[in-house]
Amino acid sequence: MSNDLTPKERMAIDRQHMPEQDAGARRRTFTEVNLGFTEQLALLEARRCLLCKSPKCISGCPVLVDIPRFINFLAAGNLPAAAESLLSDNALPAVTGRVCPQETQCEEVCVRGVKGAPVAVGYLERYVADWARAHGVGAEQPSAPPSGKRAAVIGSGPAGLTAAGELVKYGHDVTVYEAFHTPGGVLVYGIPEFRLPKQIVEDEVERLKARGVKIECNVIIGKTYTLRELRERFDAVFIAVGAGLPVFMNVPGENLKGVYSANEYLTRTNLMAAYAFPEVDTPILTGKRVAVVGGGNVAMDAVRTAKRLGADEATIVYRRGKKELPARIEEIHHAEEEGIRFEFLVAPVEVVGNAEGWVTGLTCLRMALGEPDDSGRRRPVPVPGSEFVIACDIVIVAIGTRANPLLTGSTPELKLNKWGNIEADERGATSIPGVYAGGDIVRGAATVILAMGDGKTAARAIDAYLRGS
Amino acid sequence: MHTILANTQLAPNVVRLDVVAPRIAEIRRAGQFVIVRKGRGAERIPLTIADADPARGGITLVIQAVGKSTRELAALRPGEAIQDIAGPLGQPTELLERGHAVCVGGGVGTAVVHPIAQSLRARGVRVTSIIGGRAKEWVIFEAELRALGAVIVCTDDGSYGRPGFVTQALADVLADGAVDAVYAVGPVPMMRAVAELTRPSGVPTIVSLNPVMVDGTGMCGGCRVTVGGETKFACVDGPEFDGHQVDFAELADRLGTYRLFEREALERHEGPCKIGLEQ
Ligand SMILES: Cc1cc2nc3c(=O)[nH]c(=O)nc-3n(C[C@H](O)[C@H](O)[C@H](O)COP(=O)(O)OP(=O)(O)OC[C@H]3O[C@@H](n4cnc5c(N)ncnc54)[C@H](O)[C@@H]3O)c2cc1C
Ligand code: FES
Repeated sequence: MSNDLTPKERMAIDRQHMPEQDAGARRRTFTEVNLGFTEQLALLEARRCLLCKSPKCISGCPVLVDIPRFINFLAAGNLPAAAESLLSDNALPAVTGRVCPQETQCEEVCVRGVKGAPVAVGYLERYVADWARAHGVGAEQPSAPPSGKRAAVIGSGPAGLTAAGELVKYGHDVTVYEAFHTPGGVLVYGIPEFRLPKQIVEDEVERLKARGVKIECNVIIGKTYTLRELRERFDAVFIAVGAGLPVFMNVPGENLKGVYSANEYLTRTNLMAAYAFPEVDTPILTGKRVAVVGGGNVAMDAVRTAKRLGADEATIVYRRGKKELPARIEEIHHAEEEGIRFEFLVAPVEVVGNAEGWVTGLTCLRMALGEPDDSGRRRPVPVPGSEFVIACDIVIVAIGTRANPLLTGSTPELKLNKWGNIEADERGATSIPGVYAGGDIVRGAATVILAMGDGKTAARAIDAYLRGS
Repeated sequence: MHTILANTQLAPNVVRLDVVAPRIAEIRRAGQFVIVRKGRGAERIPLTIADADPARGGITLVIQAVGKSTRELAALRPGEAIQDIAGPLGQPTELLERGHAVCVGGGVGTAVVHPIAQSLRARGVRVTSIIGGRAKEWVIFEAELRALGAVIVCTDDGSYGRPGFVTQALADVLADGAVDAVYAVGPVPMMRAVAELTRPSGVPTIVSLNPVMVDGTGMCGGCRVTVGGETKFACVDGPEFDGHQVDFAELADRLGTYRLFEREALERHEGPCKIGLEQ
């Protein structure tokens, strides 16, 4: 098969739709919503790529995946080459193909988006990655000969896993320490199965182990060992502990029974599989009416989870308008299809409860958009006298997370910024020689791909450091 | 995997598990806890470290078998294992430098107060322990605490030691004067009563809280408690707090969040008839 189409022929092909589970059926199950392209859809979509001389999509990608290259191989039907090309740029394409905000990255700058729809880079990435997984391609990457150096990675989210994979490739002896009983970070405790099957993360972890990465769970650095102890036992350390501290609203009634942080709600459901109670032992409160405060991916994941746990009415409560929702467009779209309600320009002021201490509602104020704030977005201001109550029995707070001081607080010589995030230079180097950091603990809550990019960059810097150059 | 070294019945439904966890045994300090997950599908549950034997690499956990998860842990035999133990978590106890401390333990709380008494004694503080239980067979850790100082035992039914609640005995000790701090661990009503008793005199009173937890590292907020009008995460800011500042009513209320689930899990585990027999 070849990929020699004229630009005109390419332009004539419309963007292909992702096959998905029926919205009615999927409301009650946790199986993945997107079913993935068929080979035919993938080839058609790949042929939409104009193979630009100076492609913009590459610079739209935080880790500079050579997008036209893998798409060109795919369009020509050469899947082994497409897979090899993609995997050499991105260690976890089966993950990023599913969770990257493509609409603000590669697809935003795709020239085909100027007139019509951009190439579905994310869907193609996912297709190639799933093909590679199914065919065992990329499992066996050669490693450099053993360097005799030891590196510790703290945290097993996307930043930590990527760094571990790179470091072992460079020939170093790598141990990953993870606080939870299962590795994967947000990919396993936060992002639900219906968006990212856990098997993908599990396979990646197994692949790393097979390549010699040691993973020690239930080890909390800052408690079980100090950073200083690790620094003494290892030649270099990479900190990738994420930004896992939940922020609450600080309004009255927030400690009533039925108020969850999104972290707790999602951890109970994803990591602890509480939806299967009493088959498993961890319970979760299920409500008929659930209000989720926030508008990001975390809020969308929580509200769609609530629906799957049996809520008749699951509502997003967001203080700005629909345009401002920071979540991925596809999640918003899926949420709408699943019957999620949206209350825009609304800010909670109190959680109300009954005499037994259970949540009965969320009192809110309507907001109007005022002057632009620092971020350039118009600041929501309360409308006087607009108070109203959203009746609900569960409130989930998804208004953000911050750096957890557990590790950083026990290491005074580690320089932090005013938000408590670790200060690191563009190679990930921190104020302590031999100690590097990346992902959300440096950036604040960001994205999977940026965390992976940091892991890769830091691994390269660590390798140079260990080789003394 | 953490192998069980010994399982000793201390009281009805209360067992002492000695389990392999060398690193934790080596560095744990009084007041700290671990999160235990027995195996696949099991809950993560917080348990205070009651004692440790670094030479043997073992830690001691005292478990009150009240729900499905705790019953399963309590049923573990030597040689069997717990899959996950994470820790040591929480802040170590703020120990008195010198003087006289009263350690009050109610029920399994006595096991938690034990390492505190141990550490206080080790730095030369005089320790008086007041420990209570429903009846004689519920009194635990008496011998261990006797090795550290005076012990007053109270039983609700008067079957052993002084009849009545630990608070009555504490009132007498306080009346004798010269108490520099009180450490109280037990059921919420007991800790609340102790805090109320010492409030007028202002004797520093430290209590150890046991809210619902998931991670134990500050990432879920499920363990939040109100102390001095502020929300704190018990797993990282505590679990010990100034008893005079704790909102015990809220704590007791939040502890009831999963009561219906706990009953369901237990009924499924034991079968409804068996539960009927036990009552
Ligand atoms: C619900 C949810 C949905 C999201 N959806 C998207 C999305 O669709 N697309 C996207 O790009 N991004 C999304 N994000 C953001 C993305 O998941 C994060 O930016 C990314 O996971 C950060 O990676 P990380 O490796 O820095 O940290 P994390 O993934 O947070 O991993 C950190 C790991 O370190 C462990 N750890 C923490 N402290 C310690 C310690 N002291 N010792 C040992 N281990 C420790 C943690 O348990 C965790 O496993 C989402 C986030 C959430 C919460
Ligand atoms: S147990 Fe999750 S924050 Fe304390």
